[in-house]
Amino acid sequence: MAYDKFKILESTAVPLPIENIDTDQIIPARFLKATERVGFGDNLFRDWRYNSNNNPKKDFVLNNPNYVGKILVGGKNFGSGSSREHAAWAIYDYGFRCVVSSFFADIFRNNCLNIGVLPVQVSPRFLEDIFNTIYKNPKTKLNVDLNKQIIKILENGNSESFEINEYKKGNMLNGYDDIDYLMNMKDSIKEFAKKTPL
Amino acid sequence: MSKTLFDKVWDSHVIHRIKNGPDVLFIDRHMVHEVTSPVAFLGLKNRNISVLFPEKTFATADHNTPTKNQHLPVKDPLSANQLKALEENSKLHGISYWGLGHEKNGIVHVVGPEYGITQPGATIVCGDSHTSTHGAFGAIAFGIGTSEVEMVLSAQCIMQPKAKRMRITIDGKLSKGVTPKDVALFIISKLTTSGATGYFVEYAGNVFTEMSMEGRMTVCNLSIEMGARGGMIAPDQKTFEYIKDREFTPKGDDWSKAMKYWSTLKSDEDALFDKELVFDGNKIQPMITYGTNPGMGMSISNGIPSAESQDGGIKTYLKSLEYMNYNEGESMLGKKIDFVFLGSCTNGRIEDFRAFTEIVKGKKKAANVTAWLVPGSHKVEKAIREEGLLKILEEAGFELREPGCSACLAMNDDKIPAGKYAVSTSNRNFEGRQGPGSRTLLASPLVAAAAALTGTVTDPRTLY
Ligand code: SF4
Repeated sequence: MAYDKFKILESTAVPLPIENIDTDQIIPARFLKATERVGFGDNLFRDWRYNSNNNPKKDFVLNNPNYVGKILVGGKNFGSGSSREHAAWAIYDYGFRCVVSSFFADIFRNNCLNIGVLPVQVSPRFLEDIFNTIYKNPKTKLNVDLNKQIIKILENGNSESFEINEYKKGNMLNGYDDIDYLMNMKDSIKEFAKKTPL
Repeated sequence: MSKTLFDKVWDSHVIHRIKNGPDVLFIDRHMVHEVTSPVAFLGLKNRNISVLFPEKTFATADHNTPTKNQHLPVKDPLSANQLKALEENSKLHGISYWGLGHEKNGIVHVVGPEYGITQPGATIVCGDSHTSTHGAFGAIAFGIGTSEVEMVLSAQCIMQPKAKRMRITIDGKLSKGVTPKDVALFIISKLTTSGATGYFVEYAGNVFTEMSMEGRMTVCNLSIEMGARGGMIAPDQKTFEYIKDREFTPKGDDWSKAMKYWSTLKSDEDALFDKELVFDGNKIQPMITYGTNPGMGMSISNGIPSAESQDGGIKTYLKSLEYMNYNEGESMLGKKIDFVFLGSCTNGRIEDFRAFTEIVKGKKKAANVTAWLVPGSHKVEKAIREEGLLKILEEAGFELREPGCSACLAMNDDKIPAGKYAVSTSNRNFEGRQGPGSRTLLASPLVAAAAALTGTVTDPRTLY
């Protein structure tokens, strides 16, 4: 599915300093029943965001008007558990374009890259720095430059470089996806299939 | 150059290597279910492309199917809609479809091996993280996202960088009451839920070679819970005997040819792994989890570890105990249980029902416990009846439900109510995984059986 190109993102950020946030929290299974990719943002972090009567829980950060923006900053091992791409869709649909953490689960990272959400892995120290700066001033902006592979905290000028493989970077910069690529090599795939033993 | 088992299978499936990018990996077998496939099929429609190799994809309905009255129309309109979409998409693209009520229906990772779709040396993917189960046969098997499901449907390939290699070796003799599930929960408790992220794991050592195929599936199934891309075990005589004469495995000359290839599927003696871990099988005890991720597990008779003894964040750890309403240092033995769930692709196979039955035979289910016994497939269900297990279970006060994922992820009606405790043989104890507010203790079928009899966390070794 096509998504917006990603070049430079400058935005305030939403802090979620919890470790091991799994995709069941990002979007609980009971909201996976759609057959189209619409409306998942409404149920992002559903059970942390709303109580059982569907009233917003005041102490959850997405219900705090002080913290808004297109960047979500999470604790270590973000996105573990279920492979549901719906988790990445929910994050995108809610309006985030970038998730920052000191460590990402594999499948979640892949899913993000496939749908146009940039996972930015930073050092634990830099992550602390981001959290502290945001808590001091919620209006703190982060600047994420995909081309240069640098994330910067504008408030204090601290920055760090991050990794992304060249191919995925090209895709994100141009808004391409893997199927475009694979469609161009269909003939060699068919040739290969003839030779596989299974 | 020496290669690991993982290298051998992966490298032989790479069609193209992108510099500073992923490998284009050919996929031999693709399994789909109703939840993670509709948007992928929709993508095909929008791009106006068809499925490249429909004979390499297999569809089954499992995630949101009811486990009672499967002959009746599915009540929940959203679930019914997803099931209908899978049926229609399968028909449209010529994919075999094992829907609700079909004799081959069941949980995707249970039916794959049952019908020989799962084979050594194959690359197998599915939009479900526990696809790692199929690694028990020496296949490279892992879960993918919906965008990748669309890739496999349209081009029979995915694009991923090759994972690093890890080997986990466990030798020794497992003591009484210690099952493959305990071995897996033990490993995860040592590695944490992120300890194997970025790796593909090979399990080695006599503990695994002596395990049944069902046990190996349980272990490989849980690989994902320590963050690994997948796990695998080199195929051996036991593997070949298991798959021989199954519907989709090669026959006659093809079998002999395949055997030649399969017998090369092991890590070379001097192959190098990026990481090697060794544990002592003699020391593993029956395990139970006490927190909200599968890494928070311990020997059933230990006390809940203190926050300070953890290397993770103390705040997150305490938040987790608070959710469970447990305290540091407490013993898990004797804790009250409300529900017991025997099932899922981790422990929903015939061997698991045999183990459960062995404990409850001649005894009675505790009155305050609700027990959901859900076979992983119709084939398992049939075996439970034919082996006489059903009779024993019913005499002990249990009833058998119909196959599906059920309370593993609670997309159907099988939801653990808020605040209630469930001992579950499934794979995830995340907050709300088994229903909003539910509290899950992961354990083996033996521990589940003991809890069902006593209504508390009980060491099964005291019951037989
Ligand atoms: S039983 Fe649970 S883990 Fe297994 S396929 Fe179903 S939902 Fe996924």
